[in-house]
Amino acid sequence: MDLPRLETILSRYEGESWDLIPVLQDIQDSYSYLPKDELQVVSERLNVPLTQIYSVATFFKMFSLIPKGKHQIKVCLGTTCHLKGGGRVVESLSHRLGVEVGYTTKDMQFTLETVGCLGSCAQAPVMMVDDKYYGRSTVDKVPKILKLYK
Amino acid sequence: MVWKISDETAFDTLGEEVRLTINGIPIRAPQNQSLLVTARANGFEIPTLCYHRDLPSEGQCRLCVVEIGEHPHTQIVNSCTYPTSPGLVVQTHSEKVMQARRIVLELLLARTPKAKLIQELAAAHGVYESRFKTDDPEELCILCGLCVRTCREVVGVSAISMKGRTPDKQVATPFLEKSPACIGCGSCAFICPTNVIPYTEKNGVRTIWGRDFELQACTVCGNYIEPKYQLEHWAKITGDPVETFFVCKDCR
Amino acid sequence: MPKFESIDHLREYRRQLIAKRDPNQSQVLVCAGPGCLPMGSEEVAAAFREEFEKNGLGAKVLLKECGCHGLCAGAVRVLIRPQEITYQQVTPGDVPEIVEKTLKEGQVVERLVYEDLHTHEKAAYKGEIPFFKGQMPIVLRKLDVIDPTSLDDYLAMGGYRGLRKALLEMKPDDIIDAIDKSGLRGRGGGGFPTGRKWRICQDVEDEPKFIICNGDEGDPGAFMDRAVMEGDPHAVLEGMIIGAYAIGASKGYIYVRHEYPLAVSRLQLAIEQARESGFLGKNILRSGFDFDIKISRGAGAFVCGEETALIHSMEGNIGEPSPRPPYPAQSGLFGKPTVINNVETWANVPEIINLGADWYAAIGTEKSKGTKVFSLVGAVNQTGLVEVPMGTTLRQIVYDLGGGIKGDRDFKAVQTGGPSGGCIPAQFLDLPVDYDSLQSVGSIMGSGGMIVMDTTSCMVDVARYFINFLYEESCGKCTPCREGLKNLLFILDEIIHGRGSEEHLALMEELCGTMATASICGLGKSAVNPIRSTMKYFKDEYLAHIRDKKCHALVCRPLLKYTIDPETCTGCLACVRECPVGAISGKKKMAQELDQELCVKCGLCYEACQFEAVKVE
Repeated sequence: MDLPRLETILSRYEGESWDLIPVLQDIQDSYSYLPKDELQVVSERLNVPLTQIYSVATFFKMFSLIPKGKHQIKVCLGTTCHLKGGGRVVESLSHRLGVEVGYTTKDMQFTLETVGCLGSCAQAPVMMVDDKYYGRSTVDKVPKILKLYK
Repeated sequence: MVWKISDETAFDTLGEEVRLTINGIPIRAPQNQSLLVTARANGFEIPTLCYHRDLPSEGQCRLCVVEIGEHPHTQIVNSCTYPTSPGLVVQTHSEKVMQARRIVLELLLARTPKAKLIQELAAAHGVYESRFKTDDPEELCILCGLCVRTCREVVGVSAISMKGRTPDKQVATPFLEKSPACIGCGSCAFICPTNVIPYTEKNGVRTIWGRDFELQACTVCGNYIEPKYQLEHWAKITGDPVETFFVCKDCR
Repeated sequence: MPKFESIDHLREYRRQLIAKRDPNQSQVLVCAGPGCLPMGSEEVAAAFREEFEKNGLGAKVLLKECGCHGLCAGAVRVLIRPQEITYQQVTPGDVPEIVEKTLKEGQVVERLVYEDLHTHEKAAYKGEIPFFKGQMPIVLRKLDVIDPTSLDDYLAMGGYRGLRKALLEMKPDDIIDAIDKSGLRGRGGGGFPTGRKWRICQDVEDEPKFIICNGDEGDPGAFMDRAVMEGDPHAVLEGMIIGAYAIGASKGYIYVRHEYPLAVSRLQLAIEQARESGFLGKNILRSGFDFDIKISRGAGAFVCGEETALIHSMEGNIGEPSPRPPYPAQSGLFGKPTVINNVETWANVPEIINLGADWYAAIGTEKSKGTKVFSLVGAVNQTGLVEVPMGTTLRQIVYDLGGGIKGDRDFKAVQTGGPSGGCIPAQFLDLPVDYDSLQSVGSIMGSGGMIVMDTTSCMVDVARYFINFLYEESCGKCTPCREGLKNLLFILDEIIHGRGSEEHLALMEELCGTMATASICGLGKSAVNPIRSTMKYFKDEYLAHIRDKKCHALVCRPLLKYTIDPETCTGCLACVRECPVGAISGKKKMAQELDQELCVKCGLCYEACQFEAVKVE
């Protein structure tokens, strides 16, 4: 366990039970997942039962109990993106990367996810790699976008 | 603080007595008492699955729904959390209410076709088979959350909780592993209305949630009492020495 | 930026700020809103920067990356001031010409200006474009001209004038009266009168009180709140500060989706600026009033848009709603009285206080006052954000502002209100849009998403899309919503696979009846709207799937058949590379064949083919 790293995160908060979600978010951002040992420490420090942490970690889409890849691909499946072929973009990515939605490639480079709406509906279909948005990312553009991260 | 509503009080404190009508009959009840408690106290039976008088109501099962207000501005609310107020008009068995209960039971019957309690309750409402889809014919859990609430609120240890949301929501121990917080008391299995939590006792060992608990034998008669962990938990709460609990109820 | 010690100090600073600014200052405003950012705003802005450097214009021309310019269809958009010339579909390659012709010579680059699709008339100036002419921007007013990272820009546009008036001239009661009189209703969907909500909270004798800005904009197809948080963050803060003063709240929270990282950072910066300048913190503008704001990031759950679920997640719990009463205004965050309003509602507040309740109440319809921002997307020519007075008809929005349906296809429906809304058919195009009228046709206002659908959309598929969305997002707490959505999805899948029956339709109707009445929260209660509205207005489509096993819009895959036309196929193998199951075979440069047994009807070949050789029926 990387205790100093966890301490840095915990030191940003006052250690109250309602700090749970922000603390977990910081851990997720920093580690790319929620390691079990770290959660045990969080439970003690925030005085929150481990059951509650497990509940929260499995309820919210942002959290993962297994490590995510270096790059997070989020394909928008909002209404407009759905109508404009967002589903096919997911299939194309899944086929090219060899992973199902929600999983990470063996080389730990990419995690493929879908999201309810990214809010760039006018440019559907939209996808996001890490913090960068790609508009009108139809199936034929997928290889070009992936190339930028390989 | 999470909003809690228990048997006695719908709101923080019960208010003064108010008049309301249930099924056309004038009733007096303390203000802010839950409609469920009020109705039952006055002889109107309302079916429930997730309600228990010693636990905060959260309104999961939706079987206790009642209709409030006057035609045409009526509303369906769950009686276990809805408070009494002056002049409230309540229907516990209107057509709207019965239809909602029938559909809820039909949905639960499809979810847990082998759960005896659900079969009986459904039959009592005229539902003998479900038109809905069964995923797992062996499923028994109705996700009422009584076990989770009992463990947290009554036992006070929180060894189990809900995992995930709709598609794969289930009651689980953290990481689906042996729960370190569990004291093996079996309250979750005891409160479960559909007997879904597996629980065995053999040769002085109780097994629950995948964990074995050594049972303490009574120092007088030798019969098994409860798991050692549980007695230690009692000792911690009461401040008494743990040995106090090594004698069974009958031998005290 | 000074710390404002008093209201006079602020007034004096603003006076000097405006006096210092040259109204004829040459400005290049690059849209970096939700529509333009994914199309390369940053690259366009960088190209301008580079070009200014080359031409020594850095000191003369002001470059700003601002919020949404509205007409997303023309991304990336650039506005040149003071002339108010707008360019669209600007790429970094166009920048040298814009600098040369427009900035140096004062001429218009004709090829980059708006062109009417039907009349082919060009319009270079913002005021001439029909999309902008038909609008009444209040919330969006400053988005295309201010730099969202500059408090000075906000102040120069009259920012914090509402707060100044509230603190100087009004008592808390006067503010609530004004909001009440203005007729403002919650813009997040429910449409609850804002003034009444504030009053309930103010009347509760309990402390502390909280206010929350709900920026968990989860409705697919809605992005107005994202645009406002990113493009005009101080307006949200100012609204909240005024609200807090009126209610007597000491702490505020902005709950933002984590999928909106830019909104989080813009709001964070704005909060820091507001603290430094004395708009937040202790003794705001020496009025004796203390208030501060914190950001809470959502963790990815649509149901957290529901206020009780949002509160539970802020307390460190899962986002399960709880039955109401009690309402959050009585007992909310940490059990204390809490007012929750969404981003657009808060952003309306400063203008209402500044310009008066009567001014606002004069806009809109009898029961729905003011303006509403809609995100107009889908099958329309001019997609984007529009702000119109309540009561504007659907036809005006879709045809006058949206420029009609793409490719001159027929309008089929407009979906409003997100997953809780419904699909409104062509017969209601002349419906004046407000809270009540939308409800009367089986939909809701929601947060303002308007997704226009043409004949290429299948309404059974649309219903299935929303039910699937909600099935994955339902918290699973109550039986009707959890089990009901699972079964609705199952039935719709049967229909889409050609295994549906007319009994299925009756069963869905019955199930919808109970879900709508007996679910705990709005998610389950309104989940039935997409089904009910499509079954009501587009029953023939359901019947075509059930009786004829046909999807006439060619959307529902199991009912489709793909073939490759040997005449047009060039044998480029693009389809072979895409096919995930190896169903396409043949020699290179020869016509390919598709094995129907293996085909999973994913349509990837259809999309990959550049020669329209893949056919579908």
